[in-house]
Amino acid sequence: MNEFYGYERPDGSVGIRNHLLVIAPIDCSYEPAKQVAAQVEGAVAVTQYHGCRADEMLVNALVGTGRNPNVAGILLFGLGCEVLTNDILMEGLKDTGKPIESIVIQEDGGTIKSMEKGVRALQRMSQEVGELQRETFPLSELTLAVECGGSDATSGLAANPAVGVAADRLIEEGGTVIFSEPQEMIGTQHILARRAVTEKVAKDIYEMIEKQEKRLSAMGVDSRYMSKGNIDGGLTTIEEKSLGAIRKGGTKPIQGVLWNTWDRFDLPDEPGLYLQDGTGWDVPSVTHMVAAGAQVVCFTSGRGSTTGHAVAPVIKITGNPKTYENLEDNMDINAGTILDGGESLNSVGRRIFDEMVSVANGKKTKAEALGFKDYVVFGRSRAAERLLGHC
Amino acid sequence: MKMKKAIQLDDRDNVATVTDDVSKGEQVEVLSPMGEVILDTKPVEDIIFGHKLTLRKLNKGEEIIKYGEVIGVASKPITVGEWVHTHNVESGRLPTSELEAEK
Repeated sequence: MNEFYGYERPDGSVGIRNHLLVIAPIDCSYEPAKQVAAQVEGAVAVTQYHGCRADEMLVNALVGTGRNPNVAGILLFGLGCEVLTNDILMEGLKDTGKPIESIVIQEDGGTIKSMEKGVRALQRMSQEVGELQRETFPLSELTLAVECGGSDATSGLAANPAVGVAADRLIEEGGTVIFSEPQEMIGTQHILARRAVTEKVAKDIYEMIEKQEKRLSAMGVDSRYMSKGNIDGGLTTIEEKSLGAIRKGGTKPIQGVLWNTWDRFDLPDEPGLYLQDGTGWDVPSVTHMVAAGAQVVCFTSGRGSTTGHAVAPVIKITGNPKTYENLEDNMDINAGTILDGGESLNSVGRRIFDEMVSVANGKKTKAEALGFKDYVVFGRSRAAERLLGHC
Repeated sequence: MKMKKAIQLDDRDNVATVTDDVSKGEQVEVLSPMGEVILDTKPVEDIIFGHKLTLRKLNKGEEIIKYGEVIGVASKPITVGEWVHTHNVESGRLPTSELEAEK
């Protein structure tokens, strides 16, 4: 199994879903945008909640989401007086060759007329998208994002290492893997840096994690700190704790840091493993990895989680057998079989990999089947970053 | 009765994590990432779920390997089947003694 069925986009990228994305560049137009999306099969509306500014980090996240290969068509639905205009987003999206329409409430006849125009535009796109056929592509076209949230003692023991096995396998197939959450890398920078493909990448890894430590320190948090719960749970050192988290990204060489700053929003430029300069907050972390091009997400959770995503399927994996039992309606894979000794780590890793390919081929994840479309754009405080000397 | 297990997460590891509470002297089967039994051991003390035991004798100053990486160094000699935790391991990053002092 080294192929999957996907949809080729005009820009040559390959999607595994055909979402129609409605982008409200600011929350001011989000309510009507949501109603427009609700009228049309396959449409989903997203926005950002960071105020009226055309901050590059926000633009990059919204544009990145629109550029994601899982998006088949785009409707920009603005209010009109916002700083982050439809035109700014259009500039970043037009070369994808995807169908894009732009509607501005204050210029297109008011709320109801704009909504009507929006529904008609999406209806046309929805009909056209229905004609797209899946074709076979090599697994090297896939980018996987890995994330953990609601961790417990089983996360570092079962779910994360098993996802790491699947991540390694995808890279062996020529694919790409992204993981983020720099806060959870603290204490392992020397280990990650040793896996860097160049000196420059090693330097970037140190820099990214050091910046995160400085942010924590500015908040009065000692980044080397481990909670009593961590220690009682069996974690002896911060290195061990962070290794349990980073193991979800597997063991392959690290091709680069994907910076997410005011100057740049990096995308993987060749296959392999990447670290993203993102956040440890689950939904925004996933949102930004998907904005960097991930078509599919593996999300590990010891306690259980409901997370899905607006345009990317999220496969949820737990290492805790009790959590699987409790939340079987929303956890896709039980990696807890490792703990009762019934199944090896590598065998669970193979199951996760196979599930990822099935999901790429069109199988709905549990969160997708339930219609969960999480999306949160993450923004750093520019003022705080300036004070820390980060920009 | 089902045999208690411990899992080695990487084949370079010199510690394994118990997947159940185990009692002193109880037989514990250590499984490799491939699921093979690599060692049968009897812990020399009670060890609770999620905590680690040693797979071989470690001298003071020797590196503790988990996930195929160094997670700290032995702060005293550790015998096979002994519980490995903050009382006999120092972090390279934050000395455990300092951590204890902060509490």
